[in-house]
Amino acid sequence: MNRRRFIQSAAAGSAGPIAASSLPALAQDAKRETLVVANEFGPNSLDIHGVGANRPAYAIAVNAYDRLMTFGRKKLADGTMSYDYSKLEPELAESWQVGKDGQSVVFKLRKDATFHDGSPVTARDVKWSYDRALGMGGFPQFQMRAGSLNDAKQFIVVDDHTFRVELDRRDKMAMPNMAVPVPSIYNSTLARKHATSEDPWAANWLRTNTAGGGAFRVEAWRPGQELIYARFDKWRSGPLPRLRRIVQREVPSAGNRRALLARGDIDMTYELPPKDFQEMSKEGGAVRVVSTPVENALFYIGMNSARPPFNNPLVRQAVAWAMPYDRLMDIAFWGRGVKMWGAKSNTPAAAVWPQPTGYSTNIPRARELMKQAGVPDGFETTLSFDLGTATVSEPASILIQESLALIGIKVSINKVPGANWRAALLKKDMPLIFNRFGGWLNFPEYFFYWCYHGQNAVFNTMSYQNPAMDKLIDAARFETNRAAYEKQVRGFVEMAFTDIPRVPLLQPSFDVAMQKSVQGYMYWFHVQPDYRTLFKA
Amino acid sequence: MLSLIARRLLAAIPSVLGIVVVTFVLTRALPGDPAAYYAGPAATAEAVEQIRVKLGLDQPLWRQFLDYAGDLARGDLGLSVSTGQPVSEELLRRLPASLEITLLGLLLAGAIALPLGILAATRPNSWIDHACRLVTTLGVSLPIFFTGLLLAYVFYYLLGWAPPPVGRLDSLYSPPPHWTGFYLIDSLIARDGRVFLSAAGQMVLPVITLALFVLAPIARMTRASMLGVLSSDFVRTARASGLTPATVLYRYAFRNAMLPVLTTLGMVFSFLLGSNVVIEKVFAWPGVGSYAVDALIQSDYAPVQGFVLVMALLFVAINLLIDVLYTVIDPRVSIES
Amino acid sequence: MDNRVATLDATSDASRPSALAAALRHARYVLGENPVTAAAFALFGAFLIAAVAGPWLAPFDPLATDAARALQPPSSTHWFGTDQLGRDIFSRVLVATSLDFGMAFAAVALSFGLGCGLGALAGYYGGWTDRLVSRLSDTIMAFPLFVLAMAIVAALGNSVANIIYATAIINLPFYIRVARAEVNVRRNAGYVEAARLAGNGELRVLACHIFPNILPPVMVQISLNMGWAILNAAGLSFIGLGVRPPQPEWGIMVAEGGSYMISGEWWVSFFPGAVLMLAVFCFNLLGDGLRDLIDPRRRT
Repeated sequence: MNRRRFIQSAAAGSAGPIAASSLPALAQDAKRETLVVANEFGPNSLDIHGVGANRPAYAIAVNAYDRLMTFGRKKLADGTMSYDYSKLEPELAESWQVGKDGQSVVFKLRKDATFHDGSPVTARDVKWSYDRALGMGGFPQFQMRAGSLNDAKQFIVVDDHTFRVELDRRDKMAMPNMAVPVPSIYNSTLARKHATSEDPWAANWLRTNTAGGGAFRVEAWRPGQELIYARFDKWRSGPLPRLRRIVQREVPSAGNRRALLARGDIDMTYELPPKDFQEMSKEGGAVRVVSTPVENALFYIGMNSARPPFNNPLVRQAVAWAMPYDRLMDIAFWGRGVKMWGAKSNTPAAAVWPQPTGYSTNIPRARELMKQAGVPDGFETTLSFDLGTATVSEPASILIQESLALIGIKVSINKVPGANWRAALLKKDMPLIFNRFGGWLNFPEYFFYWCYHGQNAVFNTMSYQNPAMDKLIDAARFETNRAAYEKQVRGFVEMAFTDIPRVPLLQPSFDVAMQKSVQGYMYWFHVQPDYRTLFKA
Repeated sequence: MLSLIARRLLAAIPSVLGIVVVTFVLTRALPGDPAAYYAGPAATAEAVEQIRVKLGLDQPLWRQFLDYAGDLARGDLGLSVSTGQPVSEELLRRLPASLEITLLGLLLAGAIALPLGILAATRPNSWIDHACRLVTTLGVSLPIFFTGLLLAYVFYYLLGWAPPPVGRLDSLYSPPPHWTGFYLIDSLIARDGRVFLSAAGQMVLPVITLALFVLAPIARMTRASMLGVLSSDFVRTARASGLTPATVLYRYAFRNAMLPVLTTLGMVFSFLLGSNVVIEKVFAWPGVGSYAVDALIQSDYAPVQGFVLVMALLFVAINLLIDVLYTVIDPRVSIES
Repeated sequence: MDNRVATLDATSDASRPSALAAALRHARYVLGENPVTAAAFALFGAFLIAAVAGPWLAPFDPLATDAARALQPPSSTHWFGTDQLGRDIFSRVLVATSLDFGMAFAAVALSFGLGCGLGALAGYYGGWTDRLVSRLSDTIMAFPLFVLAMAIVAALGNSVANIIYATAIINLPFYIRVARAEVNVRRNAGYVEAARLAGNGELRVLACHIFPNILPPVMVQISLNMGWAILNAAGLSFIGLGVRPPQPEWGIMVAEGGSYMISGEWWVSFFPGAVLMLAVFCFNLLGDGLRDLIDPRRRT
């Protein structure tokens, strides 16, 4: 018996006043009802609306707050459960009615719902929360606007349990956008107590405290160390979770996390290098790996098409033909992803996104294009990537460097530290980047609006300008005729492929490794853990 | 004694001021734009500008420095944007974690290195001298992150002797009620044996890794200093006057040899505190080092400034302590020298 | 090797006529007495050869990737195995020698030049010069050194040159201290007075008469520092602030291989780590050996 086991059995075998989980009679149950998770890093804020809230902070919104609606669930081809984009289901709202013109929705709130402090959830809380998402500016405001929620005047309290949203146009994204994590419902009475004239939205207090009514309470949060959730037993917005307690530790070393999982010391981990997931999925044993292709997301090579040499479409096509696709997939991604090359042609067969391009690795053809472009001897350039994603970006960049050398393009590799990456993207002066983008709302035109549209959002990392494409993207956004819509989508996808300002490489897969005893896992577009459905067998 | 302390503190002021200025300039020279970082992935140029105003980054540099200095004077180290917590609170919470393993590491290293150094010095060029050199030099030659990885792999993953590298406590336990922040002491105060064992278990690997690294300077300094003292006149005199070798060794030689060793200990300690960054990463240890590094990577100014300042103050304090100890060990040492 | 050290020793004893022969004899005696130091010198020689001739000695192209032979364990073809991109680790480790040694050497040379200069001036003139230089060195010392190095590299950008500057800056105080102390002791020595009386200017006395004599203690510092500089560069790489890929460097190789350890591919980080350790080890032993060589107590 080693030391750790000894300590554990000692813990299980004797009564102690400290941790409830170590009381003898409850020990077995406690272990089954406690989920121990380890991730690379944890939230930097408990408030998804807050300035600079990171991705793990979104999970707080999911687990400790409710929204009016949630998405349904569906079974994917491989048996994995996934949220269902096409189905909206009640959460805090028990029912809703969309107006005939599609420009207003009336929500009826559940009467038995309370916040963690016991106060009832009212329509005033909903309005305050929606107002806050807009008023805080930055990311939450941007997300609200993506669903045509632009102004606090659109949110109307009808009575204690009736809330109306008015839209100034019919927008298919409006309803699903109210089920994403951002429009979470805050306990406005509690939050207001901590508001000041300088800080009307209580941002300072909510950063380190929660005022929600979600399925779990945040019991303790030690930033940089751990986050502990305890079940909120009076949760009414869905079936009561079977887990009572979740301990979420931060363990930066991926190797350690894998070891912890392999030895059964943790139940679950996200975000390991693809190699580890690949091996664990083959090993069998007590660990199970679930992978789901991330919707509306791509790894890509972006070329700055506003400046030479990549302002020449022939050069861009040459690069697309020179990508070492198979090697990238095998070596850098360990086969974890969906290939986005090798279709019959660049003319899309279906109005879906993402889908494979007509390119594949063809060096002679790339050389020919370089000749046609007037740069037969190639040139020198820099390939940049975000240091934070080095696990895959670095091997990928090295492979790309090697492959581009074959057509005369001499690439030096530039690792950009995380803090500088966003600033560098905003500057739009990097000639060549390896990057990833994913959109929450699963519409092709949504992706294109951010990544290709001439409005030149930060995600249009190529500074790509194409008025013809802009027209199609704008039209598809509010198109109601199915056939016309599909034609528009196929149109802009084809432009993106032939003009190729960014070369799609592969659709990433989202992987989670867990003990086989962990059940009820569900894939979400925000790729954060939803502990409400999980349980241990 | 008091005037010594006062004089030492006064002398430290220029250094500390220098550090405040240098750190400020250095953090502002970081290439990242915190405003762009915190504006979120979808930010427009206006959104970034909004955040810049919110963070006070639109002010000229001298204004920012004055604001910072003013806050410092009030004891306010600012707010970390990445963790959303006041820097002073977070440093206070994390410092004990770092101090705990650093002190234990030093203690362990001292317990091994002092006898080893003395042995080596009393038998120069014997096998034990060579072995001592080899072992300690090997220790200091190990890249600390490599040692950490290797130890965790062998003792946790392969052999299962060590507890999982998940920080200060096994996930079964909650931290003991806060008194000192040192889990070993706090758990004893709370009379909770299991938490004590768990905390101690978690510490084993990081402490060994740290101890391996500092073994060499301590053992070397002990050996060198002992060698010097043993060949000095007063030891020769003591030997000649017929005192037993043990008395000579411990009462006369060792005591005199301790002075440079003490200096080394102090230097090693402050060096370790600032540089066990990598250990903290490997063992998921929530200390100050990893805090500073994370902040640095994210261009989060306040924590970096706060960390460097606290380290500098600690450095001054330790040097002062050593000076005081000097006079205790050897009353002849005058402060002026 | 013997010659090299002897020459150094000779400079320190320029005043004695038969110094060279005596020093040679002494070196041979010390090395004979101390096999560890002899081994360290031999090892150092091997590293030098690897640093100079590495690219010609390497059996494979250190940058060539090959998907078919990714992550192969050590074999007779690939002595140290292959990494995640199928590159030959032995070749990479070999070729990295020149970069790692080069960075460490440049950094130490920089801090040696600057530190000794400043320290010597401070020790010789005293007064305000001394106070200013000592404050500078105190200020650097009071920084957490590794974090200071990180901040410098982060601020200036991660290139080989900046890693060298950062390492040089954090090493500066050690040289300042040693040089200052050594010059201070000697500034009123008999031979210095004699040189002054012979009509030499102050700076000339400092540069030609005192400075050569402080070299021996500084040499020890250099050797110890070389090891530390290598570790420092490797540590920066581990955090992600190292040289640019795909250039081979020991620290980066250890860091990248670290995540493969758990899955059983221990060789990816083990060999670069072991060689890195060996290099630092070698420098540390050299430092010890040099100290023994020049310790006046042992010379009698």
